[in-house]
Amino acid sequence: MKMRIQKALIIGATSGIAQALAGQLAASGATLFLAGRSKEKLDLMARDLRLRHGVQVEVQAVTFEEPANHAAIVQRAWEWLGEMDAAFICHGVLIDQKKCERDFEQALHSFQINLLSVVSFLGDLANRMETAGRGSLVVISSVAGDRGRQSNYAYGAAKAGLTAFLQGLRNRLFPSGVRVLTVKPGYVDTPMAAHIHSLLKVSADRAARDILAATEKGRDVLYTPWFWRLIMLVIRLIPESIFKRLKL
Amino acid sequence: MNAVENFSRNPKTKSWIKHIYWSCESLPSPAEGGTLIPFGLGSSFGDVCLNDGGTVLITRSMNRVLNFDEESGIIRCEAGASLDEILRFVVPRGWFLPTTPGTRFVTLGGAVANDVHGKNHHRAGTFGCHVTRLELLRSGNRRFVCSPVENSDWFAATIGGMGLTGLITWVEFRLRRIRSTMIETESIKFRNLDEFFDVCEGSDAKFEHTVAWVDCVTRGRGIYMQGNYADSDTGGLKPHGEQPFNFPRGFPSFALNRFSIRVFNQLYYSRQLRQKTSGLQHYAGFFYPQDAVKNWRRVYGTPGFYEAQIVLPLDSARDALREIFKQAAKLGQGAFLAVLKKLGSVRSPGLMSFPRPGVTLGIDFPNKGPRTRQLFDKIFRIGLDAGAIFNPGKDVLMPPECFAKTCPNWKAFSAFVDPAFSSNSWRRLTKGLL
Ligand SMILES: Cc1cc2nc3c(=O)[nH]c(=O)nc-3n(C[C@H](O)[C@H](O)[C@H](O)COP(=O)(O)OP(=O)(O)OC[C@H]3O[C@@H](n4cnc5c(N)ncnc54)[C@H](O)[C@@H]3O)c2cc1C
Ligand SMILES: NC(=O)c1ccc[n+]([C@@H]2O[C@H](COP(=O)([O-])OP(=O)(O)OC[C@H]3O[C@@H](n4cnc5c(N)ncnc54)[C@H](OP(=O)(O)O)[C@@H]3O)[C@@H](O)[C@H]2O)c1
Repeated sequence: MKMRIQKALIIGATSGIAQALAGQLAASGATLFLAGRSKEKLDLMARDLRLRHGVQVEVQAVTFEEPANHAAIVQRAWEWLGEMDAAFICHGVLIDQKKCERDFEQALHSFQINLLSVVSFLGDLANRMETAGRGSLVVISSVAGDRGRQSNYAYGAAKAGLTAFLQGLRNRLFPSGVRVLTVKPGYVDTPMAAHIHSLLKVSADRAARDILAATEKGRDVLYTPWFWRLIMLVIRLIPESIFKRLKL
Repeated sequence: MNAVENFSRNPKTKSWIKHIYWSCESLPSPAEGGTLIPFGLGSSFGDVCLNDGGTVLITRSMNRVLNFDEESGIIRCEAGASLDEILRFVVPRGWFLPTTPGTRFVTLGGAVANDVHGKNHHRAGTFGCHVTRLELLRSGNRRFVCSPVENSDWFAATIGGMGLTGLITWVEFRLRRIRSTMIETESIKFRNLDEFFDVCEGSDAKFEHTVAWVDCVTRGRGIYMQGNYADSDTGGLKPHGEQPFNFPRGFPSFALNRFSIRVFNQLYYSRQLRQKTSGLQHYAGFFYPQDAVKNWRRVYGTPGFYEAQIVLPLDSARDALREIFKQAAKLGQGAFLAVLKKLGSVRSPGLMSFPRPGVTLGIDFPNKGPRTRQLFDKIFRIGLDAGAIFNPGKDVLMPPECFAKTCPNWKAFSAFVDPAFSSNSWRRLTKGLL
């Protein structure tokens, strides 16, 4: 079954992937509610979307470290949009692993932003969509959550937690008709991956196209681009006794 | 550090690469305490966008439309927006750029920083003439709006300021109304430079856009192209499409020699059979013929090419042009693309802006090493004797003496250069002067 997204909430809307999603959604005429930590950036983005595509866009500043306020933000978005077809959760932060090893505050921050704040938004969104009996929750996790590696496990563990949380949520929401899509990007050309030079890196537009197509088709898990499914399959198959010796 | 290239692939440079993504962001600091230069699409022929050993700040992600008034045609965009993107936005709404260079793959910041001009210079002046306001972000995160009335000295320094006065974060400018995407064109063959000047005479009063392609191998025959926006709505307001062709990688540079260049020029000249033809052409074909082939500069291979753009006073232009063509022939240097145009007297607000009344020649020569550099030495000398001005935005080889002489405002300008900003071009042109 295919569904068209006409009303969407985007959380972490200033992320490179989210900007591409917003552009494509607006081009197809969708009304958008954008939330993110910088009101200034959101305003710039909203101006561009309104002018280029003639769509309605509302913005809302969020403090991701303060979960107590998240339900009110979801409520505001819900009421402004008048229900929603989909909510996209896109923020994330890749903190240097070495820093996390030296300083627990840094590791905590990784969990706070990448896992806890997402879970906090999902709680209220899930309840509302379950009651409405429709909607899609689209959440960006990462291939890094498929296996812990020495180079980024503070990030990877938060994403692994998120992936597991989404599996449970999907399971719970299935009877209500609400869909949950877990997105696992490989390397995408955004500020987060600016330091990575790889031929496998794709544009944010490409990732966003994949995400929208998977959302419309009601998919469960998306690797973008697709070949990361194979790469991660191989990586997961390596026995731990060997994996622990590798420099990954 | 990474290799960073301009359009002519000269000089070869390596730099740290940083990005700025939003016009509201603070200015990224240069890597390793060095200097920084904004980099748009790198469509410059010159080394103004290069900073060997320093940092280049890529502006392309900063490309949002911020305001647009459908009535007055005033638009404000972030400076990394390309003219390609802006056209896609404004054309369907019945507007066009006030003036445009021969490629739409330049950013707004680049168009201002090089104060670009187009086929309508004799009517519209440079791009900078249509800028109403812009925001400048300097090191130390000082940010201010400049216009002809606010901070007007900074406004003047930044238009044509080659990215040295700070980062332009957004630009507001005036568009030109159009009724259709079509241009009513006429092209006229001329057999020599005298005929070129005769055709010019009548053309500028009748046509908004004029330019001539000249075959420098035969020393001055060519085709004069002129056009006006169609004043009916035939053709509608559909903007240009994608680039249909891509030039293959690894094209051997030896393929471009004086014989193949002669053949190319012969074919180009013979393409038009009649002495005069007219027709209706989409703006993409009229303004951006070279954009039809993505990466066409690969025709020059890795050695790249060198470009010179010179404006000559009308009274000395004929002789100087003949002399330049003669020297090129003598050194066995054919030129692929040579363009002639009469520039008008509309003054740009830019302190360092290049265009001024006269005849301009833009010419590029494949890089054949010392032979080509020798030719440029000759061109600079011929130019200086004829009272010419050279475009620092398209230049890689001009010696500091020539710069000081032909851009006398450089000293006043240097007071506006941000201490954290520098480029290959600035270091080279001011060597021994500052
Ligand atoms: C096929 C072709 C045809 C051309 N035809 C013409 C023509 O007809 N007329 C003409 O005038 N030019 C012409 N040009 C040259 C071109 O228009 C200019 O070089 C233009 O400046 C390139 O813009 P860019 O965005 O690629 O800038 P870049 O080449 O990346 O940079 C150019 C300069 O602008 C500065 N700059 C860029 N962005 C900013 C910013 N945000 N803030 C401050 N400084 C900034 C850079 O530091 C640099 O000094 C042509 C070029 C090509 C390739
Ligand atoms: N790029 C990749 O290669 C890649 C790979 C796998 C997964 N992902 C995931 O894809 C999602 C989108 O990322 P992206 O690639 O688009 O990255 P991005 O452009 O760098 O965006 C990161 C986003 O997270 C926000 N953010 C960063 N640090 C934050 C903090 N401390 N508190 C709150 N918000 C913060 C940013 O807000 P500001 O704009 O205000 O800074 C921005 O919206 C993320 O979940 C990321 O983990 C990306």
